[in-house]
Amino acid sequence: MSITAERQSREALLRLASPRAVGILALLLGVFAAFLSLPPIEARTILWPILVGVVGAALGVWTAMRGLRRLGWGAVVLSALGIGLGILATRSGSENLNSVFTASLIASMLVFSTPLVFAGIGGMYSERSGVVNIGLEGMMLMGAFFGVYGADKGGSWVAGVVAAMVAGGALALVHAIFAIHLRADQIVGGTAVNFLALGITGYFFFQLYHGEDVPVGISTIPRVNLPWIGDLHFLGPAIGHLNLMVWISFLLVVLSYVVVFKTPIGLRIRACGEHPRAADTVGINVYAIRYGCVVLSGVLAALGGAYLSIGFGGGTFNDNMTAGRGFIALAAMIFGNWRPFGTFYAALLFGFSTALAYRLPVYSATAATLFQALPYVLTLIAVAGVIGRTVPPAADGRPYTKQ
Amino acid sequence: MSVEPPPSPDPALPPETVAPSGTVASRIALRQRAGGVAVPVLTALLAFLIGGLVVLATGHNPLVAYRDIFNGAGLNWFFHPSTDTARNDAYNLSQTLLQTTSLILTGLAVAFAFRCGMFNIGGQGQYFVGLFVGAWIGHAFAGMATAPHILLGIVAATLGGAVWAGIAGVLKATVGAHEVITTIMLNWIAIWVGTYLFGDGGPLQGADNKAAHVPISADVANSAKLPVFWGDKDLQGLHIGFFVAIGALVVFSLLLNRTTLGYEVRAVGYNPESAAYGGINVKKNLVRALAISGAFAGLAGGLDMLGYLYRYGVSDIPTSAIGFLGIAVALLGRNTAVGVALGALLFGALLYGTTHGLQSSTIDPQAAGNLTYMIQGLIVLFVGADVLILAVWNSRRRLRRREGSATEASAA
Repeated sequence: MSITAERQSREALLRLASPRAVGILALLLGVFAAFLSLPPIEARTILWPILVGVVGAALGVWTAMRGLRRLGWGAVVLSALGIGLGILATRSGSENLNSVFTASLIASMLVFSTPLVFAGIGGMYSERSGVVNIGLEGMMLMGAFFGVYGADKGGSWVAGVVAAMVAGGALALVHAIFAIHLRADQIVGGTAVNFLALGITGYFFFQLYHGEDVPVGISTIPRVNLPWIGDLHFLGPAIGHLNLMVWISFLLVVLSYVVVFKTPIGLRIRACGEHPRAADTVGINVYAIRYGCVVLSGVLAALGGAYLSIGFGGGTFNDNMTAGRGFIALAAMIFGNWRPFGTFYAALLFGFSTALAYRLPVYSATAATLFQALPYVLTLIAVAGVIGRTVPPAADGRPYTKQ
Repeated sequence: MSVEPPPSPDPALPPETVAPSGTVASRIALRQRAGGVAVPVLTALLAFLIGGLVVLATGHNPLVAYRDIFNGAGLNWFFHPSTDTARNDAYNLSQTLLQTTSLILTGLAVAFAFRCGMFNIGGQGQYFVGLFVGAWIGHAFAGMATAPHILLGIVAATLGGAVWAGIAGVLKATVGAHEVITTIMLNWIAIWVGTYLFGDGGPLQGADNKAAHVPISADVANSAKLPVFWGDKDLQGLHIGFFVAIGALVVFSLLLNRTTLGYEVRAVGYNPESAAYGGINVKKNLVRALAISGAFAGLAGGLDMLGYLYRYGVSDIPTSAIGFLGIAVALLGRNTAVGVALGALLFGALLYGTTHGLQSSTIDPQAAGNLTYMIQGLIVLFVGADVLILAVWNSRRRLRRREGSATEASAA
């Protein structure tokens, strides 16, 4: 053994104790704290989740103080959640546990996150090109209603999806004209678009269906039954019978990542959102890009809405059906830092919290209700910069005047 | 934990954004210049015209529909006034004014933040917090004498709204979080908190309702109910909160135009950098302006709860749009006290005239209620497009000037 070998081993040890490694360990411990009390391990005492969670939180604080604030505070939050869930879980019977934490939880997480993915990715395109879009809620609502209407009158879910895309795109075009050419305040415009959609869908729903429900049995977006996986023990109920739109949403995320970050058109979109004057100077048509992106955001948000009404909704509509999902999608986009995969993970997290909120009444109905507010609280924390800092595109929300 | 220095409002502002369409405040200044009363009136008329076309397209007569809404809102009372609320028009008018009361306050909430260069979309959440606090104080302090009980309820509701908006203000001042995003999130947090509070097993659910599993709050005690001065207390008569709202209009105007606080708030609204250069504490004013703005909305919630609602259910929460309507009221009213009052009356009449007051079979109340949303959306859309309005305005003025110079030339 020489001195160099000894130094090498010490360096290896130091690398292991680097803030990043400790932070990741803290994250894992936080998850583990919750996992301990769930099937299949099911520790029956609250000591273990608390112990593991506290260690995770302590390591998280250490990491945060070493400069990796995002990772460190993330680990603290996860550990706290882990302790809470662990305590909740040990206090209830194991049959309750089995009814909440099953494979179908994953399926229902995907059900709730899919509309958020569509609308969130749509919003990302719009804001990456420099147009703030808080009208996602309204565009989703248009998609939800015209999806049902198209499927009903056109006789096929394909017609419904097309009608939804056209309606969402048309509403987005209104927003685009006011935001881009008339240089109206984009937040005012988005608010207006939300009201308009609420009025239009409510009015036409009443006029076209005379205050009655949509007839039952209209064509809906089919499920994809995977031939082999469908029969498996855990994967079967989790992903074996998902709606077609869920798979399309996965595809959309990957595609959007490639388009936005790996292609010339994506570069142009981002240039318009960061510095439109520079983009204009090199010959990019800022107005055309922005129009395209805003309309695309409406089309995608409407797909999310159509999924609500003729996808998992099974061909129904009611007034204000989206009930704030457009705003959760907006939150997911912000939480995901205006990036496709970030938005996707945030949508999964928010979908998970909604899915859990629907199952937690086994324990406590009131606490489950509060769980629904989690996406908004997390986004508030995210924009406050406690866990990392979200950075919108530099020219987001600024109208561009050609010189 | 070290807090990063907040980014300056607009680091290296690109030149193209300075001129006609930079900050919210500069747009407001622009709008203020864009002609006095004519523009909002034209905006409203245009919205009604398009709304009427939609009604026409679905096979109804828009003139009849609008006349029914007018009568349903009780505005025909002005042709033959009377204080007897047994009469339909008088009762309808009292109900319209009830809505106007809340709309004035939520409109002021949006307008006050606007004058400081901020967009408070959280009026709905702040209104809800006022409602919740009002419901709690109104029920929990049942033994108190009437006057202090009412006062306590209203003050607490106002403070509740101020605190809720203040969160967004503090986040903006300390870490630069955009108030639009934070107030949207706070809206939804308030909605779910309310669902929890009044929900089955929630802390504010009434005792009888708890036994029957009905998600409705406990009733406000009689000692906390506001006196009614027009109409029957049991039939949602018009309560004295109406005068509180009128008073709030005066306070708003005086506060902004006659006090140092108002001067600072407006200075920050016009240009934060030059305000800071002039020795004004920008951060303090951002927090202060949002808190005052939230106070107006919280007051609206408190007055509604103690004035005529008396109880609130989980199912009422998603149907309430008073706070959101405040945005349209403030924009239409150009963020001035008189404008907000008129805007609130218009939307109060629309709200009651369409959703409750419609007596005739020409157009179904449910469809007409959605017409309100549509007209509201159109008004907000057009009001936001000041460039469009300015373009029309300027071309008209240019035309006039050309005519003027032409006549001068012919005279010479």
